[in-house]
Formats: sequence, C-alpha cells, structure tokens
Amino acid sequence: MGTLLAAMTGQAQIVVNSVSHMYRPPRGREVLALDQVSLEVANREFVALLGPSGCGKSTLLYLIGGFLPVEKGTILVDAAQVTGPGPDRGIVFQHFALFPWKTVRGNILYGLERQNMPKEEREKRAQDFIELVGLTGFEDSYPSQLSGGMRQRTAIARTLAFDPKILLMDEPFGALDAQTRELMQSELLRIWQRTPKTVIFVTHDVQEAVYLADRVAVMSARPGRIKTIVDTKFDKNDPNIHKSKAFVEKVDELWNLVKVEAIKAQGKRAP
Amino acid sequence: MKQLTRYLPLVLIAVAWELAARFELVSTTALPPLSAVIASWIDMIKDGELITNGLSSLFRAGAGLALAVFVGAILGITMAWWKPVNVLLAPIVEVFYPLPKSALIPVTVIWLGFGDGSKILLIFLGCMLPVTIGAFNGARSSEQVLVWSARSMGANRLRMLWDVVVPSAMPELLNGIRTALALSFILLVSSELIVAQRGFGFLIGYLGANGNYDAMYAVVLTVAFLGFAADRIYLAITRRTLAWRE
Repeated sequence: MGTLLAAMTGQAQIVVNSVSHMYRPPRGREVLALDQVSLEVANREFVALLGPSGCGKSTLLYLIGGFLPVEKGTILVDAAQVTGPGPDRGIVFQHFALFPWKTVRGNILYGLERQNMPKEEREKRAQDFIELVGLTGFEDSYPSQLSGGMRQRTAIARTLAFDPKILLMDEPFGALDAQTRELMQSELLRIWQRTPKTVIFVTHDVQEAVYLADRVAVMSARPGRIKTIVDTKFDKNDPNIHKSKAFVEKVDELWNLVKVEAIKAQGKRAP
Repeated sequence: MKQLTRYLPLVLIAVAWELAARFELVSTTALPPLSAVIASWIDMIKDGELITNGLSSLFRAGAGLALAVFVGAILGITMAWWKPVNVLLAPIVEVFYPLPKSALIPVTVIWLGFGDGSKILLIFLGCMLPVTIGAFNGARSSEQVLVWSARSMGANRLRMLWDVVVPSAMPELLNGIRTALALSFILLVSSELIVAQRGFGFLIGYLGANGNYDAMYAVVLTVAFLGFAADRIYLAITRRTLAWRE
C-alpha cells in the first residue's frame, strides 16, 4: 500500500519512465538493450533486477547511476531528472573497481575527501566503516594483497562511507566463491538493516534475489523489458529461511520465469 | 651481497682487459691497460676536467629530459582524453617517432648554436615521444568502472583525470620515461661529439683526436657507469612508486 500510494502521488524515490536504450558497439549493428522499461522504487526499498545475462539489467543500473545518457524516456531520483553521476547514488561493481594504487583506508577515504569532510572526522568515519565490514588490521593493505571477498567488503565500505541515499549494486557477489557469497549476502543484509538505504541489486542468481530483496523485477531476454514484479518479503533474520516452504516455492516460481528468458537468450545467440 | 656477486663477470672482463694489454695481445693504442685508464681517470678528477665537463653534460641531459617528461606526459594524457587533440597530434607523433633523432643534430645547431640550447632541444625532442606514447597508452587503459566510481563519489572531470587517469597511466608512463632516460644519454654524447666545446662527448672526441687514449677510455667508462647508475636508480624509484602492484 505504501509503495502504491507513493507511486500515485509521485513520491517514489526512483521513477524510471518508459526508458529505452540503444547499445552502439564500435563495430557492428546497433542493439536495442532496453525497451520501454518502467519501474518505481520507494524510499528504503530493496529491489532486485533479475534476468539472464545480456538482458540489459546492468544497463538499467548504469542509466539510473547517470553513467550512461538517458536518450529515451525519463529517470527521476527524488523528483529530479538524472543528468550524470552524483554522490546521492553510490555504486558497487562486480569486479570491485577499487583504486589499486590506494590502500583499503585510502579507498574508503576517497569519497569523504571529495565531500570536503574535515580530516579528523573523515579518518574516524573511515575507521568506523573498516570495522563495520570487518577489515580491521587490513587498513594499510593494497587491493592486490586482499582476497576477493575482502576486496568486495572494501568496495561496499567505500560506498557506504560517503552515505549515499541510494545503493546501486551490479552483481556485487558474482565474482566470489559460493561460501564467500553466502557470507557476504547475510553481511549485506546486516549492514542494510543498520544503515537503511534504497537498494537496487542486479543479479542473475534467483536464490540471492529472493533472499535479499523486498521485490524482484524479472527482466526478459534482449531487448530488456520488465516482465513481471514479484513480492519477496521474507523474514531476513530467520537463519533457516532458505529451507522454508514458502521461500523454496518462491524461488521455484521465479526460476521458472527466468528459465524461459534464459532459453530465449541462448536461442538468440545461436547462429 | 648477492646483488653484487651478479656483476662478477665484469671483474673477469676487467682482468682479461688488463692482461691482454699488459702482454701486448692487442695494440696499446687500441686498448690501453685498464690500470693506465684508471690512473688517468684519477688525474682528470683531480684537475677538475672530468667534473666541469660532466656537470655541463648532466645539466643538458637533465634539462632536456625534464622538459620531455613534463610536456610528453601532458600531451599523451590529453591525447588519450580529448579527441580533437588526438586527431591533431596522432599523425605528427606517428611520423616523427621512427625518425632517428640524431639526424636533427645539425638542425638544432642551426637554430640554437653550439651551446647548451641546441643539446637541450635535441634531447627534449628525442625523449618526448616515448614519454608521450607511454602516457597515451597508459591513460587509454584506465578502466571505465574506476572513472565511474570516482565520478559517483563526487569527483568532477578534472579531479577524475588527476585521481584516476594519471595513476592508471603511471606504469606505462614510467616505462616510457625509462626509454627516454637511455635515449637522453645517446643523444647527449652523440651531439657533443659532433658540435660542442664542453661535455663528455666533446672530451671523448677531443682526447681521441689528440691520441690521449688512456683519458679517452676513462671518459667512455665514466659515461657507461653513469648511464648504468641512472637506470638502476630509476628502476628503484619506479618499484617504490608502483609498490601497489606487488
């Protein structure tokens, strides 16, 4: 009801309104990556974008982030049109995108420096976030000296530290091994519950989407459209949630929706 | 210690040199004994000849190289990040890169005379392109996601250039500077050999023409050692700068 009301009165925090996007490779034909996509996300909501690879879910995230120009349709964030990147929208990438020449601390400090936070305050804040993601003792390590999971925790701390209202996550756990991924998922939920933010989370992992998100937007194979939006509110603090009947059924339901699209995507790639 | 024992083969060459000359296996005008060369090196240090000429050479090489690094790095990075600059300069760089820069020795002399100016200009022109190309390739390889990360954390375009593109360019830029450093010695000595009244190259030519071969070899060895030392020091600095790469 809250979401619906917000949408009706134009109060949703993120409003994507019939956005289309053409991908133009340097060589070869143009590809329609997104076709008339509309989506509304309420304040403090956790929405997952789920779909087969190549369905344009990352493109949609980059458009909301302001990294790609919106050519058709409109994207509003807090009722203002998106025209470029900004510190109200923090992003976490699949391959971490840490500055390799900066230490863990240096990476986390970067966003705080850009906001002209006084030195003492930003040092303290950086330390707080290093502790939050459990990297105490690795402050002065370079990313090349860390494991994949530690790098991604650094990237998450870097983005959380400058306190964006919106967190854009582009398959952030896709490059991690299965155990680390599961740990990171519950850690993300723990952090999200402590610093509530609006999250848009791109993934092709059905279980991950159902576990983390309040709602899952299932995207179709190229050209990307939003096929359906499914409510996936579960008790995140239940350690056995993965085994509950309702959860398993929800994963099944979504898996069937995605499978059709994955098969379509495969078919299109065949010669 | 292990580092030093690596250079043991050099001692073998020194001993072979000394013995070959002592037992007159080669003509002593072609190769005077190493001990005589060292003796005349000490004399030249004492009377200050090697030091005044050396300082003047190092000033020329240093000034030319510093200018080349400054201008070359800026050119390479702007070429990588601003298309019109690339369109304008890329063909010029491509055409001038393979040109043997020693061919410009007479040209720089016509422009700037026999003194420091012509040598500095020559070294600047010769060393700039490897730096430019290194900076260009390095800057172009900066990752899109790093640029986006910086922008989303509130860096404006100029800030992003300095914080992301410049450090991304650093490994290749430093490599280009290393090539330039070696080139600067080559261009320095060859230009001084041809037209100069001071410097290492001048000394080598002058001593050779007067049959003072002990002293000539002493200068050649000095230049060789300085070139080697400069490269080693440069590598150590590079390794420290790029410590983040492991």
